[in-house]
Amino acid sequence: MIYSVVGHYSLILGLCIGLILVYFSIQNFRNFNQLDNKILSFSFLQLFFVVVSFLALVISFIISDFSNETVFNNSHTTKPLFYKISGTWGNHEGSLLLWLLVLTLFIFIFLLRTKNQPIKYKILTLVFQQVIIIGFFLFLILTSNPFNYLFPVPNEGLGLNPILQDPALAIHPPILYLGYVGSSIIFSSALAATTLKMVSTNWAIHIKKWVLISWIFLTLGILLGSIWAYYELGWGGFWFWDPVENVSLMPWLALTTLLHCILVLERKETLTSWVIILSIATFTLSMCGTFLVRSGILNSVHTFANDPERGLFILIFLFTLIFLSLLIFFVFHKPGQNNQANFFWLSKETSILINNWFMMYFLSVVLIGTVYPIFLDVISSQKISVGPPFYHKLIIPFLIPFLLMMAIGPKLKWIKSDLKDKIYLFSLLVISVLISFFIVKNFNANVLVNTILISAALYLFFITLRDFFIKKYKNLAQNIAHFGFSLLILSILFNNLFSSEIITNLKVGETYNGSKTKIVFESINQKKQKNYNSIIANFSITNSEGINSNLSPELRIYNQPKITTSEADIKTTLMKDKFIVINLVQNQNYFNVRYQVKPFMLWIWLSVITISLGGLITFIQKRT
Amino acid sequence: MKNKLILSSTILIFVIIFVVFYKSLKDTNIYTPEVKFNNNIPTFSAEFLLSTDKLSSNTIFERDKYYLLNIWASWCVPCRDEHSLLMNLNKNEKLTLIGMNYKDSKKNAKSFLDELGNPYRKIIVDKNGTTAIEWGAFGVPETFIIYNNKTIKKYIGPLTQENLLEIQNLIK
Repeated sequence: MIYSVVGHYSLILGLCIGLILVYFSIQNFRNFNQLDNKILSFSFLQLFFVVVSFLALVISFIISDFSNETVFNNSHTTKPLFYKISGTWGNHEGSLLLWLLVLTLFIFIFLLRTKNQPIKYKILTLVFQQVIIIGFFLFLILTSNPFNYLFPVPNEGLGLNPILQDPALAIHPPILYLGYVGSSIIFSSALAATTLKMVSTNWAIHIKKWVLISWIFLTLGILLGSIWAYYELGWGGFWFWDPVENVSLMPWLALTTLLHCILVLERKETLTSWVIILSIATFTLSMCGTFLVRSGILNSVHTFANDPERGLFILIFLFTLIFLSLLIFFVFHKPGQNNQANFFWLSKETSILINNWFMMYFLSVVLIGTVYPIFLDVISSQKISVGPPFYHKLIIPFLIPFLLMMAIGPKLKWIKSDLKDKIYLFSLLVISVLISFFIVKNFNANVLVNTILISAALYLFFITLRDFFIKKYKNLAQNIAHFGFSLLILSILFNNLFSSEIITNLKVGETYNGSKTKIVFESINQKKQKNYNSIIANFSITNSEGINSNLSPELRIYNQPKITTSEADIKTTLMKDKFIVINLVQNQNYFNVRYQVKPFMLWIWLSVITISLGGLITFIQKRT
Repeated sequence: MKNKLILSSTILIFVIIFVVFYKSLKDTNIYTPEVKFNNNIPTFSAEFLLSTDKLSSNTIFERDKYYLLNIWASWCVPCRDEHSLLMNLNKNEKLTLIGMNYKDSKKNAKSFLDELGNPYRKIIVDKNGTTAIEWGAFGVPETFIIYNNKTIKKYIGPLTQENLLEIQNLIK
């Protein structure tokens, strides 16, 4: 009770400080000899109040204070402590409070850490950031207050959605938000820099750190979500082109493109329009994600809160930001003479420009696939859903030249270049084609497409691998990231090609006898846990080589709220995962059994970590 | 001039997007999966196991007749158990049995039928399992009773003796 009051008033105080900060900033902007100390202390105070408010909510969750509506809706006394805490951001109100926390934290760090930049620029960035922060404060206080009071106080809460009770998912939102919110700093500072006409090499060097931070967190955040979907949703895939997944992928694509543009801008004053538009796009796409998820327009596993009023608020807020940034871009940004992309055709700049267009293409495919059903529904009230085949058909053909570009592009020099060791590059290409042809031929898959795809990925793999030995430490980070990407594509391809699946219905004691695999449904155990009952099935699986493994998938029947989830049992080894999941068949003593052998699963996760490692190294590296 | 044109057209596009999003907010959007029951059966184009012609599903299921669609595979152990019941049902003249061979190889499927007999009038081949999804099937075996192009009964798992009696009552 007391915590709710503290939390609520802290929020209101934080909002007031936001308004005060805007006022001070305008004052300070007129006489800008030095940054007003008041600004820094008020920013700290704002951060402090948001932290207090956030902690108040966390404590309410820990002590199960059901007079708080958010706690009542999302917690339960029998829940383990870990999930009580993670429940704080496992719901709409709490997750927005987390957004706000990261927003205020980042702008404070930005003010502290930004040196050698004009005061005007710092102040203007703060103002834009405060516009976002105030928007979020209003959103929180007006439409989704996490501290609503309930009377009479209920004895017991409703519980957290069981599929969210999972360690990977407990840290998935905070990591993802660090990425999303990091892009808000990029957004504000890009607008400030545009207004002051200082989008330049100097600014690029300064903002690069922020781009990298957001990029690393966004990458890891998406990875965690994907791992969670793999073992929790029980479908045995890791990417479903689900709208909410797409919504996190779109800012990532924009941000990755931005990162490459920043690398150019760092050396040469060009591509400024790209940088500004991508900075705006990254953040608005992140916001758009929040809007689509929170408003309930999209249907997906992630849609927790359906409230049109909230949706309307975010929608208006989002479009205000979009119009504001468009106006700033068109009024203040006058591309200079050297901004016209008259690059020499064979140079690093050109290859990055090509990369940009490829990325924009991928981004539009994902965007259209995600948004088109909404448009169609409004215009013709037809309901369609866009599935994986759409994305695969449109993305895969373009992936081939993209991969080849990725292999050759970094070999080029700035400004003007010609390809050295052509023979080497060519012979590696031939080797890749040959190897992939032999791999594909042994498995009767679609030979042509797969051979080309695998050879493109292998080519990138070999070239980056070779660079580790010949280039020593030059461009190590880029090489690691590209190497990781080739590994990712290869793992996904092999995973797709060589996965096998058996679906069958079995009773306890029955045996499934396939041509290669024997599955014995040995027994079933029931267990009572604190917040759920579980049915554990034991399977003994023998493959064609006579190797025997025991797997025990589980069905959990949660008590609060009453939901059944299937927990897959996965045996992970270096080369392949064995994945088994069971489902109840209604009113029968049969279980629907789904057994999959998925090669290279571990490599998919590892390669994404490798990619972000590339980002991390750039972040730590001193600029040479 | 050119700049203004781009600005106004960009703003126009975003206004349209805004309107669409705004409208879609007003719709309730709670999606419930269709209950595949008493519902029109899906239409699909079918390949057959024992002949080479391709047909649309409308030509298989006639109105005013009872059909039994059985999803089976040679690798499916429970299918083997229920097969004798299907052979039994086949004797009933009011009911036409259609098989759907699920994720199977033609060779294995044929030897399965050679061994246990063929109760089906026609056998549709569902090599990759997509047609079964359209029917809303969970796996194999599964049986649908169809009348007037509608699914009137659905059995998950192998048929039992009781199911058999129930089906016979249903089509009287």
